[in-house]
Amino acid sequence: MSLVLCLLSIILVPLAAAGLALIHQGLGRSRSAAHAMLATLCVLGISSIVFVVVGFSWVGSAGGPVHSFVAGARWDWIGAEPFLARSIRFDGSRGSLELCLQMFAVGLAGMIPISAGTDRWRLAPICFASALLAGFTYPLFAHWVWGGGWLVQLLPNFGIPGFVDAGGAGVVQVVGGLMALSVAWILGPRRGKYSNEAIAAAIPGHNIVQVLFGCLLALVGWIGLDSATSILFYSAPPERIVAVVINAMLSASAGCLAAVATTQVRYGKPDASLSANGWIAGLVAGSAGCAFLSPVAVIFTCAVAGVLVTLMVETFELRLLVDDPGGAISVHAGAGIWGLFAVGIFGQFPAGTRGEHILAQLVGVATLLGLMLPLIHTGNLLLNCISPYRVDRDGDWQGMDIRELGAGAYPEFVVHADEFVPR
Amino acid sequence: MKLIGCLLLVSGWLIVLAALVMLTAFKERLFFAGAGCGIEILGLVLLTQGYKSLQRERE
Repeated sequence: MSLVLCLLSIILVPLAAAGLALIHQGLGRSRSAAHAMLATLCVLGISSIVFVVVGFSWVGSAGGPVHSFVAGARWDWIGAEPFLARSIRFDGSRGSLELCLQMFAVGLAGMIPISAGTDRWRLAPICFASALLAGFTYPLFAHWVWGGGWLVQLLPNFGIPGFVDAGGAGVVQVVGGLMALSVAWILGPRRGKYSNEAIAAAIPGHNIVQVLFGCLLALVGWIGLDSATSILFYSAPPERIVAVVINAMLSASAGCLAAVATTQVRYGKPDASLSANGWIAGLVAGSAGCAFLSPVAVIFTCAVAGVLVTLMVETFELRLLVDDPGGAISVHAGAGIWGLFAVGIFGQFPAGTRGEHILAQLVGVATLLGLMLPLIHTGNLLLNCISPYRVDRDGDWQGMDIRELGAGAYPEFVVHADEFVPR
Repeated sequence: MKLIGCLLLVSGWLIVLAALVMLTAFKERLFFAGAGCGIEILGLVLLTQGYKSLQRERE
């Protein structure tokens, strides 16, 4: 393992958070822009502290101490490292690098739901929810995939290859995306989003330039995330990282171009915000198999993700009445799940048949939907009882900036009357 | 409806898990894992419909 390359890759990861933050606030309304950015900082702050104090001990590392279902079997369900990362030697060891990487990764997962809750999710519950994610939900699944848990131990236990998630499509993106879905369900739509006949009104993002710039920043961060996870959890040699970087760029390109083409065909003109979603969806789908897919497979996988995300955004908004201003559910959960399947279908592995790899990926996706989603949703419902997620009725038309922060993001700009929200 | 949806999600996962633990033949495992995923999708649909009807009530 190359310490310098790994550390360099990890250092790039916060740029993915910066990119997503710009995308989230740009796709929301101007009256909630400062709130969205502050929420992002709070999530990153809380999740990093909670993860270092509690979360990392439950993620553990391959071969480390664990809590097992059955004594003696590798059926461990959660890590058992000491709290406060006391077992870590900060000397460039693998454990210290894993802690460093996952401290950023958990923040990334925690900020995904902010996009779905834009304009109506209060700051305090955002903090509580991110603490729950960093302290329990994320560590649970991360241990199963990256910490030597049962999903990666499918071969010794059941004779099929382990579940593969080379860039965090499942551990980071789908977990964050499912959290976004749960939050959107609990919050309900923004006032004025749907008429009495359940017809959706378009509430466009307030700054598409920031959204598109965020996409560029996210690309750099994703290159770091894919590279670091491939090195640390899949022992990718330095020469393989070149392919990971190329795959990341191809992922974003294919996803974005597919979304541009799809919106051009469907609406007559390319849609900038959906194309940005396609860019990120490509990155998400491609990250699942970043070290195991050929460039051609990456282009196909991510082009499908780009098309899929435009259709899913529309389906969630118009048919399922889920108000997700930033398209986080489609981008992170939808594209992530497709990417995980695609690894099984197109991945190049030294051992195991194609069918066995598909089965392994199926087991991982089934765990995300069948166990993680109910777990996440139950946690959110409980938190909602303790600290209501949704801002009060006045906050809906005032905007989250004025309501919760006392000042708007753009005080010198003229704020137009809100044509979307009935007072 | 929402509770049933949640229970179906968990049931689907348990079927996938049971397929791994109790079966050995690859085709049987794949079939049961696929069936488990199908039940999860059914649960997801029910959960979504539950929240959709709640949304309609809010309006």
